[in-house]
Amino acid sequence: MAMNRIRGAFAVPRKGETFELRAGLVSQYAYERKEAIQKTIMAMTLGKDVSALFPDVLKNIATTDLEQKKLVYLYLMNYAKSHPDLCILAVNTFVQDSEDPNPLIRALAIRTMGCIRVDKMIDYMEEPLRKTLRDESPYVRKTAAICVAKLFDLSPAMCLENGFLEMLQEMIGDPNPMVVANSVTALSEIHHAAPETQALQVTPNTLRKLLMALNECTEWGRVTILTTLSEYRTSAVNEAEQICERVAPQFQHANPSVVLAAVKVVFLHMKLVNAELSSNYLKKMAPPLVTLVSSAPEVQYVALRNIDLLLQKQPDILNKELRVFFCKYNDPPYVKFQKLEIMVRIANDRNFDQLLAELKEYALEVDMDFVRRAVKAIGQVAIKIESACEKCVNTLLDLINTKVNYVVQEAIVVIKDIFRKYPGYEGIIPTLCKCIDELDEPNARAALIWIVGEYAEKISNAGDILAGFVEGFNEEFSQTQLQILTAVVKLFLKRPDKAQGLVQKVLQSATAENDNPDVRDRAYVYWRLLSNTSDTSAARNIVLSKKPPIVTTIHSLPPALLEQLLTELSTLASVYHKPPEQFVGQGRFGADAVQKAAIEEQLQNARDNPLAAAAAAAVSGTAAPQQQNNVENLLDIDFDGTAPASAHKEPNGSMSGLEGLAGTPVRVESPAVGAPAPAPTGSNNLDDLLGVFGDNGAASSASASAPPSGGAGADLLNGFGGLDLSGGISSPPPAGASQPKKTNEDILSLF
Amino acid sequence: MLSGILVFNQKGENLIFRAFRNDCRPRLADIFRIQVISNPQVRSPILTLGSTTFSHVKHENIYLVAVTKSNANAALVFEFLYRLVLLGKSYFGKFDEEAVKNNFVLIYELLDEILDFGYPQNTETDTLKMYITTEGVKSAIANNPTDSSRITQQATGALSWRRADVKYRKNEAFVDVIEDVNLLMSATGTVLRADVNGQIVMRAYLSGTPECKFGLNDRLLLDNDSAGPGSGSTSGSLGNNGNKMGLGSSKTRAAAGSVTLEDCQFHQCVKLGRFDADRIISFVPPDGEFELMRYRATENVNLPFKVHPIVREIGTTKVEYSVAIKANYSSKLFATNVIIRIPTPLNTAKTTERTSQGRAKYEPEHNNIVWKIARFSGGSEYVLTAEATLTSMTNQKAWSRPPLSLNFSLLMFTSSGLLVRYLKVFEKSNYSSVKWVRYMTRAGSYEIRF
Repeated sequence: MAMNRIRGAFAVPRKGETFELRAGLVSQYAYERKEAIQKTIMAMTLGKDVSALFPDVLKNIATTDLEQKKLVYLYLMNYAKSHPDLCILAVNTFVQDSEDPNPLIRALAIRTMGCIRVDKMIDYMEEPLRKTLRDESPYVRKTAAICVAKLFDLSPAMCLENGFLEMLQEMIGDPNPMVVANSVTALSEIHHAAPETQALQVTPNTLRKLLMALNECTEWGRVTILTTLSEYRTSAVNEAEQICERVAPQFQHANPSVVLAAVKVVFLHMKLVNAELSSNYLKKMAPPLVTLVSSAPEVQYVALRNIDLLLQKQPDILNKELRVFFCKYNDPPYVKFQKLEIMVRIANDRNFDQLLAELKEYALEVDMDFVRRAVKAIGQVAIKIESACEKCVNTLLDLINTKVNYVVQEAIVVIKDIFRKYPGYEGIIPTLCKCIDELDEPNARAALIWIVGEYAEKISNAGDILAGFVEGFNEEFSQTQLQILTAVVKLFLKRPDKAQGLVQKVLQSATAENDNPDVRDRAYVYWRLLSNTSDTSAARNIVLSKKPPIVTTIHSLPPALLEQLLTELSTLASVYHKPPEQFVGQGRFGADAVQKAAIEEQLQNARDNPLAAAAAAAVSGTAAPQQQNNVENLLDIDFDGTAPASAHKEPNGSMSGLEGLAGTPVRVESPAVGAPAPAPTGSNNLDDLLGVFGDNGAASSASASAPPSGGAGADLLNGFGGLDLSGGISSPPPAGASQPKKTNEDILSLF
Repeated sequence: MLSGILVFNQKGENLIFRAFRNDCRPRLADIFRIQVISNPQVRSPILTLGSTTFSHVKHENIYLVAVTKSNANAALVFEFLYRLVLLGKSYFGKFDEEAVKNNFVLIYELLDEILDFGYPQNTETDTLKMYITTEGVKSAIANNPTDSSRITQQATGALSWRRADVKYRKNEAFVDVIEDVNLLMSATGTVLRADVNGQIVMRAYLSGTPECKFGLNDRLLLDNDSAGPGSGSTSGSLGNNGNKMGLGSSKTRAAAGSVTLEDCQFHQCVKLGRFDADRIISFVPPDGEFELMRYRATENVNLPFKVHPIVREIGTTKVEYSVAIKANYSSKLFATNVIIRIPTPLNTAKTTERTSQGRAKYEPEHNNIVWKIARFSGGSEYVLTAEATLTSMTNQKAWSRPPLSLNFSLLMFTSSGLLVRYLKVFEKSNYSSVKWVRYMTRAGSYEIRF
């Protein structure tokens, strides 16, 4: 199919847009040609395939018009891959341009060359790159520095052989700060892609150079340098002091990302300096953090998520700043929610009055989600600050009196938590019981029932209330059912005379008529306990035992995770509060949408023409640079699985071993074994894992005589379930391609 | 870092697609359209699907989207997108769908320049405007090797924001102190939050490479040095350069009234190390207009307007308003374009309003009564009385009572009390220069609950 498409592209249509564009591109008038190029780029943006015009656009590359040149280059970058052999025609122009007297053109040439990802181009890059790295113009040098990273991405071997890394490392000492910043950028990119190169090593000498460049380079360069400094781990106190001292002035930068990067550096290196100095730095970073809260909403959101992290580590840095976090009426919801969480975190016994008044205000707004969170926040404050509790309870009662359904429900859930920490508010129970008919959410119902059971001896009509619930026991959600059970048993233990019949009834319906094993089991446990005649106090001791009071209802991250996230400040990880491995693969080599598309296409091909597809898969597996392709190859395995035996024909290259296994069931297991363990380049990707698991699950369960469930591979569990089976099953691999393809789609839809 | 920059219109059509890395595929445009633009559920500006992260901001009627594949620096990504908006505005006046469609070649050119392999490069508007221009003709400059080496020198130099050969016959510098005052007042009339976000915008028309020093009545600064009485005048020409400040009389500052700046942020031309050490604002300004600094003040905020709203809901069919607003500044000053937005319930059918000054009009599309007063002199007080008649609704939902909000601008007044004490210009040729200062206070989010 792909072949057909390429062939189709070569056929020249006689009319239509492409035809007109082509006419324009070869026009004898320069302005017509330029216009046609612009139109071509426009069509490209709209997603039309204009790759057929490649030769004609290429003819326009030799021009003195800089704007036109840029357009042609832009086109080249996009379509070079579709005509790799024609790219060679452009090489000459690039090489010439890289020696042009005009530095803008030199830079443009070297910048574009790095973006043309064609093997032939790489061969010609070496010389121009070497020259431009030593160019007299800093503008060209800084562009060439980034180009080294591009080259490394394409061909690490060539980059290493030609000593470009060493050249870059020297360039950290460049007199021009922007060249320094870009060299650091390139080195750090290479370092992260391939840690074994040790591309970026911060020595005392480079540290000095970085700190020097920091004050002079552009804002983005500062972010780069600051990020590098934050990754640098020193154990020397004086070094840490020096870093903090030089970085702290950046708190005053106008660019929020510089400020956050600076905060990160100081926060991480502060541990080493003495206590007085570090508390000084904490004081210094508070105002800039607060200022971030008045930036654009999206930046604000990132800042707020980061402030949340910082507060978990240093709870008192923003003690006096509560008011800044008050929500504005037109703040987007994601900002409002985050502000709520932060306000609760900085609440203390001096500012809770203000906070409660504000939270009450929010609880009367109309956005249901926001209102609920506001009510919840009131409860969190009550549990956090003992002296605030009475005020909180009163506020909650006020809110219950508004009779707004969802406010009442949330308030009841919150009050349950308050009861669990502070006994002594039984006086409000009658008010709560009045709204019993309004509760329709299982959470709220369960909370109220829990309260009734807990204070059964003090509520005169507890029996009647619970009787009402027992009546409709089977219609309740199971979490409410569990609470009803417990509450009735508590009532029985406290006032046996009132609940004799009730307890019989509820145990009966829970054990005989209920499908939920949890509910049934709990009912049986209670039944046994209650019918235990040898130790009559056993049930009492267990059911009415003293419960440990809850300490907090504010969500906090586990310390280890928090430490890790603090090193990720201002990155996506800090926004999600998740370690990066959880949501992102290690960068460029992961299976992204491209590969998924490729998989689908290949599977399609496989269905059309199994033999060719297998050959293609085998070739792609062996021809691609081995270093990056461990994971891709693991995926490729599924293709040749669909085309039996034929894959054996090309047992060359390192991956042939795996392909050779295609005919045996063992191969199903091999990717599963390989995938969880980090691949040599560390390039395994969550997607890939899922994809691999899913595929295996599907493959094995399809081949297994007894698949564990109907929708094979439809979810992860099934995938794993299938895996477990795969080891022991020795049936031949599946022949139909439709099954794995379906799985792929399922996996995609998961995201 | 960034794998690509995409621009969409509101319909989800892809206007600009610029991939910087191999892993940014055209298909991603469709994914963003489906998952974000046509999905009203999405509430976050960041969305990660698989290992692809879309970070977007909305400006006018376009979406600007950054695609990243790794654990990217989210703050940087958003800040960059906003910088792109700023660039677009300064190039095209308005950065919207039409501007993007009409200038897509230029936008590609810009993107090529400000991002390399997904890493932001120089985004200074002034520098970029030297070699990326709207009219194709002017790019002739860039075609000239000597000119362009000069340009590139500037684009990367330590003073990336200034050309070396600036010349003016008359050397002038204008300083605008612009404050946005934010207020949140509760229904009971207590001030929940009052603060000032200020910016100091400078227009420098100075020859050569001038080194400027700038002084404010900042308390921390005044505590540090022993400055004499500042040139506390609210306007007009400041002292010439070389105007030596009197030493000695250190206790006079209380009289001048100093201001505590909670935090300040500076343009990248300001030497931050210097400020950190001794609170001296020292810089080589870019040529023309730029934002020198931003600051925040929270103490002793002078609120220019006091608003006293009384809103009564009468049954379910009528709401009565009585809003009094009083100017709280000297009678010599006057505010312009005072606009008061008074929210009405969603089911308002009709309103009647009476004002003692200005005009009031009901705007059904925004659910509010807009009261405009073109000129509001200091010390005066005006009243609006209004009545909104409501249609009866079967599903009676409580009215959320959004806060009443104010807009105004007031010249020669700073809410924080900030004053410019001096601006000194040092240059090799030692020319004399004229400096002008102007103060303005505007409403930021000036909200009163009722």
